Amino acid sequence: MKVLVSVKRVVDYNVRIQVKPDGSGVMTEGVKMSMNPFDEIAMEEAVRLREKGKVTEIVAVTVGGAKCEETLRTALAFGADRAVHVKEEGEVQPLTVAKALAAVFKKEDARLFLLGKQAIDDDANQTGQMVAGLLELPQATFASRIELDGTGAKVTREVDAGLETLEVDLPAVVTTDLRLNEPRYLKLPDIMKAKKKPIEAVTLAELGVTPGAALKTLKTVPPPKRSKGVMLKTVDELVSALKAKGLV
Amino acid sequence: MSKILVIGEQAEGKLNAGVAKVVAAAQAIGGEVHLALFGKELGAVAEGAARLHGVAKVLKVERPENERALAAVLAPQIVELVKQGGYTHLLFPGTTFGKDLAPRVAAKLDVQQVSDIMAVHGPNTFERPIYAGNAICTVEAPEGIVVATVRLASFSAVAADGSASIETVAVNAAVPTHTRYVGLESHKSERPDLQSAARVVSGGRALASSENFKKYIEPLADKLGAGIGASRAAVDSGYVPNDWQVGQTGKIIAPELYIAIGISGAIQHLAGIKDAKTIVAINKDAEAPIFEVADYGLVGDLFQIVPELTAKL
Repeated sequence: MKVLVSVKRVVDYNVRIQVKPDGSGVMTEGVKMSMNPFDEIAMEEAVRLREKGKVTEIVAVTVGGAKCEETLRTALAFGADRAVHVKEEGEVQPLTVAKALAAVFKKEDARLFLLGKQAIDDDANQTGQMVAGLLELPQATFASRIELDGTGAKVTREVDAGLETLEVDLPAVVTTDLRLNEPRYLKLPDIMKAKKKPIEAVTLAELGVTPGAALKTLKTVPPPKRSKGVMLKTVDELVSALKAKGLV
Repeated sequence: MSKILVIGEQAEGKLNAGVAKVVAAAQAIGGEVHLALFGKELGAVAEGAARLHGVAKVLKVERPENERALAAVLAPQIVELVKQGGYTHLLFPGTTFGKDLAPRVAAKLDVQQVSDIMAVHGPNTFERPIYAGNAICTVEAPEGIVVATVRLASFSAVAADGSASIETVAVNAAVPTHTRYVGLESHKSERPDLQSAARVVSGGRALASSENFKKYIEPLADKLGAGIGASRAAVDSGYVPNDWQVGQTGKIIAPELYIAIGISGAIQHLAGIKDAKTIVAINKDAEAPIFEVADYGLVGDLFQIVPELTAKL
């Protein structure tokens, strides 16, 4: 079974982002970039499925500019056999990304599409669902457990009410949530091997994709600041403060 | 004039508390507001929806396949409703139901969705959070239908003083059979729902066990009539169930009072509580980032402080 895994290059989750004072966006120059943590979980799951003998080929894909190649090399170091780089500089919004990924999924004739539930930069949480909608495939989002057999998958999802289990026919789209797995640390030999694995570059035009009409960002500002709090010394002080505010 | 369709979330005959907040967002956009409900047999839940202030019509879409909310089953029906009704806006609650469903519908309508609307500036202009809410963008949606999820913590529920008409609609849409509901593992609780509770007591990894959550957090929550939340670390460690997680990728809440116990305050956790009116933090580490956002901070041993607090309230 062939699995396609989509990965995104984002600002590292540990970075405290700075908003540019002119309102034009978030400072990303010179800032540490990494693979979106949810996509690392997707990569890890693909590799585990192969280790269990359920999956035979893993192809990684990304939509983005030239620098995104490093993210594909990370995917290859995880264990992807080869990668596809849909080269597009600048911001690409989820609908356009989904159209590109849907085209790659069809071209690759894969059975399972794995990707993170959301990217930690735009927090959109749309791409996987959009690919499923465009291709009329089943979708199982926010997965915390995946069981594959030849024709289908049983997926447990983290939802507001608890844990929901669905059965989906393959091919299907599954988006990953935090507790699906804990990604492995990449070892130097795998990172070195990754340098030799093939990456195929392709454009949106070559995939037959016209970018969708995009949202226009008018301005970006920091969130309203909370007023400074007070450090108390005793539980009695806390109880008085809360009573004074009418909270208890 | 705008014509807005709110997709109502319901389960087991109860309307999700967030729907009243989505209606508030619809009011902020302005125009005629309809509310669609999907289920096998809707009954009383439609009457509750019809009371939401400002809703003109409640549309009931009843068929056996709608017994459970499956995105692949509901999406084609919503697309058909949109085409029939000529809606300009399609709004979903920012719940796991809405987040799962909305983008599938948006893609089928060839629309770039706006996720997690926090504020409305105009019929096409909205504020939304990025980078775990550490930056707020004002975005303008292009010409055409607007599809959006609404960040529930950013809106106040509309009153239940309306009287919309209720209509059963037949939606001519083929639905797939490739996705099947198997089960839901949920724990019923007498406790207020975390997403909508006025007061929330939350525990972090420092609690060190699920027994400690029961021993320390639950009595405090009981005393306050509060919901219970947790940090990702506490959930990952298995102390509490996944649906108690508060944060960037868990629940985003806006209670009157949020008490964070043994929670360090990682960026991702703070994303879930930025709109809490009053934040109290109890942590033995005076340098913990949670104290940067807390209105009241108490440095000390939670295993001493929490029982004392519970007793004195």
